[in-house]
Amino acid sequence: MALDSKIPQGPISTKWTDYKDHINLVNPANKRNIDVIIVGTGLAGGSAAATLAELGYNVKAFCFQDSPRRAHSIAAQGGINAAKNYQGDGDSTFRLFYDTVKGGDYRAREANVHRLAEVSANIIDQCVAQGVPLAREYGGLLDNRSFGGTLVSRTFYAKGQTGQQLLLGAYSAMNRQIGRGKIQMYNRHEMLDLVIVDGKARGIIARNLVTGEIERHSAHAVVIASGGYGNVFFLSTNAMGSNVTAAWKIHKKGAYFANPCYTQIHPTCIPVSGDHQSKLTLMSESLRNDGRIWVPKKLEDAQAIREGRLKPTDLAEEDRDYYLERRYPSFGNLVPRDVASRAAKERCDAGFGVNKTGEAVYLDFASAIQRYGKEQAKIKHLDPDDAALVKKLGTEVVANKYGNLFQMYEKIVDDNPYETPMMIYPAVHYTMGGIWVDYNLMTTIEGCYAIGEANFSDHGANRLGASALMQGLADGYFVLPYTIGDYLSKDIRTGKISTDLPEFVEAEKNVRDQIERLSKNNGTHSVDYFHRKLGKVMWDKVGMARNAQGLSEAMEEIKAIREEFYRDVRVPGDVNGFNQELEKALRVADFLELGELFAKDALHRNESCGGHFREEYQTEEGEAQRDDVNFAYVAAWEYKGDPREAVLHKEELKFENVKLVQRSYK
Amino acid sequence: MNLTLKIWRQKNAQDKGQLVDYKISDVSPDMSFLEMLDVLNDGLVEKGDEPVAFDHDCREGICGMCSLYINGEAHGPDRGVTTCQLHMRMFKDGDTIFIEPFRAKAFPVIKDLVVDRSAFDRIQHAGGFISVNTSGNTQDANAIPIPKHDADRAFDAATCIGCGACVATCKNSSAMLFVSAKVSQFALLPQGKVEAAERVLNMVEQMDHEGFGNCTNTGACEIECPKGISLENIARMNREYFKASIK
Repeated sequence: MALDSKIPQGPISTKWTDYKDHINLVNPANKRNIDVIIVGTGLAGGSAAATLAELGYNVKAFCFQDSPRRAHSIAAQGGINAAKNYQGDGDSTFRLFYDTVKGGDYRAREANVHRLAEVSANIIDQCVAQGVPLAREYGGLLDNRSFGGTLVSRTFYAKGQTGQQLLLGAYSAMNRQIGRGKIQMYNRHEMLDLVIVDGKARGIIARNLVTGEIERHSAHAVVIASGGYGNVFFLSTNAMGSNVTAAWKIHKKGAYFANPCYTQIHPTCIPVSGDHQSKLTLMSESLRNDGRIWVPKKLEDAQAIREGRLKPTDLAEEDRDYYLERRYPSFGNLVPRDVASRAAKERCDAGFGVNKTGEAVYLDFASAIQRYGKEQAKIKHLDPDDAALVKKLGTEVVANKYGNLFQMYEKIVDDNPYETPMMIYPAVHYTMGGIWVDYNLMTTIEGCYAIGEANFSDHGANRLGASALMQGLADGYFVLPYTIGDYLSKDIRTGKISTDLPEFVEAEKNVRDQIERLSKNNGTHSVDYFHRKLGKVMWDKVGMARNAQGLSEAMEEIKAIREEFYRDVRVPGDVNGFNQELEKALRVADFLELGELFAKDALHRNESCGGHFREEYQTEEGEAQRDDVNFAYVAAWEYKGDPREAVLHKEELKFENVKLVQRSYK
Repeated sequence: MNLTLKIWRQKNAQDKGQLVDYKISDVSPDMSFLEMLDVLNDGLVEKGDEPVAFDHDCREGICGMCSLYINGEAHGPDRGVTTCQLHMRMFKDGDTIFIEPFRAKAFPVIKDLVVDRSAFDRIQHAGGFISVNTSGNTQDANAIPIPKHDADRAFDAATCIGCGACVATCKNSSAMLFVSAKVSQFALLPQGKVEAAERVLNMVEQMDHEGFGNCTNTGACEIECPKGISLENIARMNREYFKASIK
């Protein structure tokens, strides 16, 4: 099947408007007879569910958590971008579009990104109308901060809890519709298969996680909003339950999986502390607004620090290497995430790491505290040379901006970041790859959509900070409600879809068989044992830097772990009831397949771009070297029964509005 | 560290449940409390026993999913943290730790340490929103300036994570801190004022209907709240409720 991205004709700035003017609409009386299933209730799924229900569709929403409010969007910290230009610093729709395409290392689809930039301003208006308490200035207007990879301040925020506030906004919009009966909410449910009838997505099989019941649910369209697959690495900043299962199930039923190797390794996370660790914690990128990243200049100092003989605060200014400021003077500490992560790895690999394992760099607020303290002293007509006073005033400003993040750090590491620099290291955070979708956000299965992090579309090979929240809400509030209406307009005479159809019976049987197989396996190891093993292979060979040999080995090793898993996993407990080991087993089974496709995709892409860094393809200065002649395409993989047999389909990317150049942040 | 754990085990909502003793050794002080339970569970699974069920997800103190009652305190002995942010350095070698579910009539146990908090969702369905449709044509976000002080206080109230520690802590199993946080957030913002009266009446009615107790101003909820939601919110909700009732 040839991939048709269905990008509308016309100049980029009018594509979306023209598209909306010419699509088919469904009249309100007919919407009442149409059902839509949404899997996942984060920013994308939650906002889509609320909006479609407001429009009049019958929505059935599913989440595995005990409430839609707990989806992992809640943990996003730093902010949300919007081309409002409230700061008058030269921002515009085009500039947000341009920054996003460039930030993605020219591997995103122009038309989708432009649409995203166009609706970004509406998101802020909508959220404020919903009562989302975004940060304000003393004049009562909204405040902004800057994020990596841009030269303007376009990020709106709510302290370090922007994701929480935006998600609670979408959740409140959902609650209104749940109260009206327009959304039927299925908490503690996990989608375990997609049902296709006559070539169209018509329902799902879900497991009730409390009773263990296997349920059939039908609808006229199915929307997958189940987030990313970063947990394939076992250790990531994702929530423990974040999984690829819904996305992988539709992939196995015919949805192409695009660019699985594009993974974001976030530069500022709390370093790993030991083997017991089950999860990594992010420190918001917003900290790079004020924090300066450094390692010791001399190897012997780094060694003394690692051995506890020297404190970072004892190191003189000239003995510190602020390597981002040195290498990238124009963007400094605010280079994009992929660049910052690689630079940290480069320094640590060269022996300059500062924690016990040598895998950490410093993020230092001492100069910010000085700068803000002096500023405050002047504003308050106090003595700017009084060191103690300046420190106190500066600390207050920093606490006001990042207080919750500093507290979080202190609780985990047991170190006071106001007094001594934070230690940070890159960790898996977000997946730019995902289910391939066309301009309508429809997958290669008719009537099956993918939105938010679950799809591949807008971030290319690297996502800029504060763009995930923007994309999730753009898809859910402002894009999908139009595009899905156009599709559903052909379904007004279809009537209710019966769950007695043989396709439902068969899908349910497959799910039951898989559960039975796992629960009766009676092996010797827990699910986590295999998940950890998979994660180690992924991190060592498919992580921040990859090479052909390592990737080929990884494919073999992952296959071997998968076979061992099916031979030797032990899933205790009753399948007809609440059983967390079974939940994990079903998820890890899918990660064990995805991991292999991930490595295959990384192996085939003989270039470096964004988060995908192949050691064989780098410039003399160690920067990513793209190959636009051979690889300016989206790699969309078709499932063929075994991950390594997946068939490649290419969507050539055309750049008509942004010129392809070597990305430079120097 | 070597520890003795006394953990509440209960097969399902119908089962009576009991405390069961477990020994665990080689616990690192840098582990989080839930990582310690992960290690315990791994051992149980490999021995062929059923692991202890407990709710958790983000493990960074924001999703509100984790919910343990540890040594008689919601989210354990540390202040301003959820269970997933509690670290083993708060305990000493040889300690005995009691681990129970959040207990309240409105939070029935599903299994072991997992409880059903859907009552919280139903209170939100009753009025925890501003009735504005998604359109893309709402007025510009800067059209109504909001004093920073009000916006900040609304934000403070809005940081509630809905974990239920307030209910578990309260001797009356009252949900007033939780409900008042949402009522306050909207009462403090101009966008929320239009429906303020209806909102507070509906949410309080649903709260009573779910079987939560009343508030007797003890203030334990505020102390145990991992997000430091202030009692001030309860006072504000009472005022809003009073205003709405005499209209």
